[in-house]
Amino acid sequence: MPHPAGPQGIDEVDHGRRRFLTATTAVVGGAGVVAAALPFIQSWEPSARALAAGAPVTIDISKIEAGQMVRFAWRSLPIFVVNRTSKQLADLPGLDPRLRDPHSQETSQQPPYCQNTWRSIKPEWLVMIGICTHLGCVPDYYGQIRPEPFDAHWKGGFFCPCHKSRYDLAGRVFQGVPAPLNMVIPPYHYIDDTHVRIGVNPKGAA
Amino acid sequence: MNKRLWCGLLLGFALAAGAVHAEEAAATLYPANVNLNDRASVQRGARIFFNYCAGCHSLEYMRYSRIASDLGLTEQQVMSNLVFNGAKFDDPALSSMPAADAAKWFGRAPPDLSLEVRAKGADWVYSYLKSFYLDPTRPVGWNNTVFPSTSMPDPLWSLQGVQTAVFAPAKPGRDARVEKLDLSRPGLETPQQFDRTARDVTAFLAYVAEPNVYERERLGVWVILYLVAFSLLALFLKHEYWKDVH
Amino acid sequence: MAAAPDAWKPRNKALAWIEDRLPIFGFMRAHTAEYYAPKNFNFMYYFGSLAMLVLVNQIVTGIFLTMNFNPSAAGAFASVEYIMRDVEWGWLIRYMHTTGASLFFVVVYLHMFRALMYGSYKQPRELLWVIGMLIYLALMAEAFMGYVLPWGQMSFWGAKVIISLFGAVPVIGNRLVEWIMGDFLPADATLNRFFALHVIALPLVLLLLVVLHLGALHTSGSNNPDGIEIKQHKGPDGKPLDGIPFHPYYTVKDLVGVGFFLLIAAFIIFYQPTFFGLFLEKDNFVPANPLVTPAAIHPVWYFTPFYAMLRSIPSKGLGVLTLFAAVAVLFFLPWIDRGRVKSMRYRGSGYKIAIAVFALTFIWLGKIGIGESTWIGDTYIARALTVVYFAFFVFLWAYTYFGWEKTKPVPERVTMHE
Repeated sequence: MPHPAGPQGIDEVDHGRRRFLTATTAVVGGAGVVAAALPFIQSWEPSARALAAGAPVTIDISKIEAGQMVRFAWRSLPIFVVNRTSKQLADLPGLDPRLRDPHSQETSQQPPYCQNTWRSIKPEWLVMIGICTHLGCVPDYYGQIRPEPFDAHWKGGFFCPCHKSRYDLAGRVFQGVPAPLNMVIPPYHYIDDTHVRIGVNPKGAA
Repeated sequence: MNKRLWCGLLLGFALAAGAVHAEEAAATLYPANVNLNDRASVQRGARIFFNYCAGCHSLEYMRYSRIASDLGLTEQQVMSNLVFNGAKFDDPALSSMPAADAAKWFGRAPPDLSLEVRAKGADWVYSYLKSFYLDPTRPVGWNNTVFPSTSMPDPLWSLQGVQTAVFAPAKPGRDARVEKLDLSRPGLETPQQFDRTARDVTAFLAYVAEPNVYERERLGVWVILYLVAFSLLALFLKHEYWKDVH
Repeated sequence: MAAAPDAWKPRNKALAWIEDRLPIFGFMRAHTAEYYAPKNFNFMYYFGSLAMLVLVNQIVTGIFLTMNFNPSAAGAFASVEYIMRDVEWGWLIRYMHTTGASLFFVVVYLHMFRALMYGSYKQPRELLWVIGMLIYLALMAEAFMGYVLPWGQMSFWGAKVIISLFGAVPVIGNRLVEWIMGDFLPADATLNRFFALHVIALPLVLLLLVVLHLGALHTSGSNNPDGIEIKQHKGPDGKPLDGIPFHPYYTVKDLVGVGFFLLIAAFIIFYQPTFFGLFLEKDNFVPANPLVTPAAIHPVWYFTPFYAMLRSIPSKGLGVLTLFAAVAVLFFLPWIDRGRVKSMRYRGSGYKIAIAVFALTFIWLGKIGIGESTWIGDTYIARALTVVYFAFFVFLWAYTYFGWEKTKPVPERVTMHE
């Protein structure tokens, strides 16, 4: 301890009190600095403008033919909507042994009401964010049930051109590809038979 | 080639001189006394604004959804009571009047009012709303003592009634000054009721000019309490260390 | 910053390893725990560290503002409102920046006046003062350009008027004005270059100058309210008898200053963010319009003393010259004032009266410059005050050069006032 004021000061110093006050001020000051940093960190959250642009969208699915896929945009993300045929649906359970997560147990990848064989509310309609879970590319739709160069036993699905990840027609990822997870199903619900609202859960669902 | 600069300077002086003149002629403003914590007042103001003003004036920096969350209204309430132009809940409150038409009808496009209270002050807006009078010499038929030669007709005349000007005798070399405004035809509201209406609209516009006002004032208390505690602690610490110094 | 002769080393092995290769801890120690400051600092000595605090605030909040600001004539105004309304906490970050800008000048003016009170600009601290003046100059440029960025009416017309001052330069004046603006009136080009200077160039200059300022300070040592050189009375250990280590004594003391300063800042930020239209002016909430000048056009309050001088002089060339001279003359203060005694405590009453009059003149000029009153008499008052402003320096020189000053004896050692 420096003792600039000559000898008489040194005996009177209450080191306990000094340490306590130093520690308390440091903790309180540190807490203040952390609290002051929070607004700056939170300023990176999506702004009201981004949130407004990411507001729920309503899409019309009446023009999508069986077996066809149409892309929509929600929050600037590609939304894949596939009108799956009964043949396509029938092949889904048979793929289970070749998939990483056939029963969609990774709950972050779909809302609870889509944790089923088809990963959808209505079996024939797949509504999915078309972004590969590997590094964020947009996979292509290969809907035909026929041998493809990348898979001799192809039952229809999605193939990512970037790093050759493969998904089935429910967006479930195959084993042996770089992508770790099934593709994401966004929250959505049916307004009526032909209109789907993306970004909002069905009434009563979490 | 100092011409432009000299012109600029002269313009500056002329405007300064003009300002002197304008200030002499400016009507005294009524105190608006808005209270933004009176949510009911701000909500009433919002309703009046969107019924009487929003047809021409935008609030381009104000989203309907923000109004709802700040003023404690539901999406349903906002969409059915405030939105009349088919806008979406997250949209900014834009008027549906095409600017080009507006410029043709009124001589200039109606200004955006998002920041009006910050630019002019609450008292000015409140007084302006109360100070319209019939003036057949003006193209729109209306004039205003707070903003002479305004190009806006009185939007609230059906509530306030119609005022006419009583002129003071003209002094030599000056235009006749409006001495006071008489209510020549009563409106739907009594003068007391209309004061409240004008105050509500002003309160709403004051909120719109700075929608963070509620969060700001709420948070400020805690920041200040923290800083008081910190300063006291620092003071104790300083006294403790400075016991060494004689 | 000579290396400590007794080769101090941190006890921690890892730190000692670093210290052997880069003596950074010894450097920090030399400038904190081993920097001896006079023990008799008073209230006026808070403002240096507070200026540092505000500088940090401006840099941090400024960086975050640039993340959402759009430096274009078409988008700047709207992007500021976007920050105020749509960006999370954007309003707080902006108010911290705008309030900080004004408080920067409050703190710097008090810091400078402190130098006047206690003769801190005098030998051996002339260079310290000159570097400080350069900081003030850079700060004025920084503040001016920052004020242009929101692209409101005051931004635009402030830019136009201030840039037009350079038109008074003989021969090349008009070319110079166009060159600064990059257009025929303040426009996109102007806004973009001011943005670049405001967020990169000038902050770098400011930081460099601050480092030099501190370097010069720690070379000559701090002055104090008695104007005594504490290095002249050293104890047997070679430490100044009237000095105490900056750390911990002045770090804890400055912490108190920081606390109270932040309290004031918080009151403004949270309860009076426009500070009655002084920190954020009404007309700047109107988007820039090159066709309409606002009724009352004036710079922000911290420039208004000089602006009042400019406005009161009925000649463009002379007005601009006066404006620049008013700032320039401050650089020469160490050589204008020939008095041997530093602190006003021991200086002649002529000096005390003169700096009081000088301070009042400055404030009054500032009040006139804001232009709340349109009374024509203010022009004559401003003219008189301009004369007083310059007369201060003439008086100061004559007062000290001709030996008219009756000083009191300066004590040998510093005095403590509780």
